[in-house]
Amino acid sequence: MTHLRIRTPEGVEFALPIAGPVSRALAYLVDFVLVMAFNILLSIVLSYASIVARDLSEALLQVGFFVLPIAYGVGCEWLLRGQTLGKRVFNLRVIDAEGLKLRPAQIILRNLLRAVDFLPLFYLVGGITTLLNRKGQRLGDLAAGTVVVRIQRFATPDLEPILGSRFNSLRAQPHLAARLRQRIHAAEAAIALQALTRRDELDPAARLALFRDLADGFRATVPYPPEISESLTDEQYIRNVVDILYRPKNSS
Amino acid sequence: MILDLEKFLAQERPHWEALEALLNRLDTGDRLHLDDARRMHALYERASADLARLATFAAEPESRRYLEALVARAYAEIHETRGSGRRFRFWHWFLVVFPQTFRRHARAFGVSLGISLVGTLFGIFATLVDPDSRHVTMPFGHAEITPTQRVRQEEKSREKAAVHSQHASFSGQLMTHNTQVSIGTLAFGMTWGIGTIILLFYNGVVLGAIGTDYITDGQGGFLAAWLLPHGSIELPAIFIAGQAGLVLAHTLFGRRSNLPLGRRLRAVAPDLVTLIGGVALLLVYAGIIESFLSQYHEPVVPYSLKIAFGLVELAGLVLFLTFAGRSTESNDPGTDSTAP
Repeated sequence: MTHLRIRTPEGVEFALPIAGPVSRALAYLVDFVLVMAFNILLSIVLSYASIVARDLSEALLQVGFFVLPIAYGVGCEWLLRGQTLGKRVFNLRVIDAEGLKLRPAQIILRNLLRAVDFLPLFYLVGGITTLLNRKGQRLGDLAAGTVVVRIQRFATPDLEPILGSRFNSLRAQPHLAARLRQRIHAAEAAIALQALTRRDELDPAARLALFRDLADGFRATVPYPPEISESLTDEQYIRNVVDILYRPKNSS
Repeated sequence: MILDLEKFLAQERPHWEALEALLNRLDTGDRLHLDDARRMHALYERASADLARLATFAAEPESRRYLEALVARAYAEIHETRGSGRRFRFWHWFLVVFPQTFRRHARAFGVSLGISLVGTLFGIFATLVDPDSRHVTMPFGHAEITPTQRVRQEEKSREKAAVHSQHASFSGQLMTHNTQVSIGTLAFGMTWGIGTIILLFYNGVVLGAIGTDYITDGQGGFLAAWLLPHGSIELPAIFIAGQAGLVLAHTLFGRRSNLPLGRRLRAVAPDLVTLIGGVALLLVYAGIIESFLSQYHEPVVPYSLKIAFGLVELAGLVLFLTFAGRSTESNDPGTDSTAP
């Protein structure tokens, strides 16, 4: 299972992509380095403080080394709404397994149970549990009822360098343009966009063959009148289709 | 069915953006007025309906993903019913919630105590039957010298404790070590309680072995004076950590509950955090006492005084856990479905 699917009482289903073990491990590595840096900082500060109060400094160092990793995890995930700095770097977020609000008790519990996930070394128990679990939960996540998901970016691709503002003859038939937007699947649209973006990386023969196949597919899905369809090269045809799919408001 | 997608998106996007703005306000800790909350609910229902309509429209992946994320965020805010997000009140939590939670899971505490007692009996038996077992059952250098030698050593430094001038650091060491053990005892509940039981049993074995060693060597009074001031808090704290671990294990087994595992665990999570939080506080106190009082022996501090102090602490703890927060108990719903 790659997505956490939640069905609301209103009958609407939404899906959130579950974070993979590699991105989680990398995020943990970033957090680990940060906690180490905090520890070093604490040692330096307390080494100065030990000149006047050695015993107290050593006590604070003992407690600090123990509390810092837990406080860092709990504090960050609470203040940054389910994210540590490492998770923020890799676009991950801890959420409630039922899509509800993350509670403080859940955050504390998942961080405390690292003690058992870490065993015997380097998160072996937690890692294996993550791989075996449908929702990618380590033991701490299971106990706390949390899941780590990947945050999706919603940046619209910059189409200006690819499409420019050339005349699009396919727009002359608004009902066919609307049909294109209805019938073309998201994955097909993404392939066409990728082909345009990476066209200069292809051999001339491969480029011709790729755009011919794509254009044939789109022509078959939504047939345009021959005088429009045949006046365009395959690549131009794909560019115009992508323009319609990704820039619906373009009136050019 | 959406006939005109462009028109639909242009018409609905302002409503989605309005919902997003309200959610962003909540993210920054802002509280919504009643009118805003009603508006958010209406916008959420509208966005949900839009998502259902857009889900059939494959060529709009970006809008659909945006809307899915938006509905997910709003859903979390609107459907959350656990607690009212009140400000955390430390004293109320420690003086009322902690003892109430302890009592709610009293049977698990009984089991934790029972396992420790069995371990203690085993430690006593092992030490009596096989004195050599002390090398296995006694940590912290107890096996290296006899109790009488230890007592002479401790009492020799008449005015200074063994940790003189290192009270704070020794105290910190004790707090962190004991808290680590307690967290482990809770966390091992996830092994269906096996790890928790082993830790509790081993703790009991050590206690029984050391106790027997000192008593048979005629140093029972010294041991009581040494252990009671901090042990009367530290040992119950470890048993409570065991209680938390056993509650977790019981929740995993899910006997007498029709709820799915995820629901059971979510229901019991606040209780586990409360128990381990209380344990941590008790261990901080025990660490301070162990470093600043337990390490002083006669003639600096009379043993009778130390023993009396320890017994008073124990009685205080028992009274606290038994009676604190009783007046408000009936109003607290608890987590009966998962309580052993």
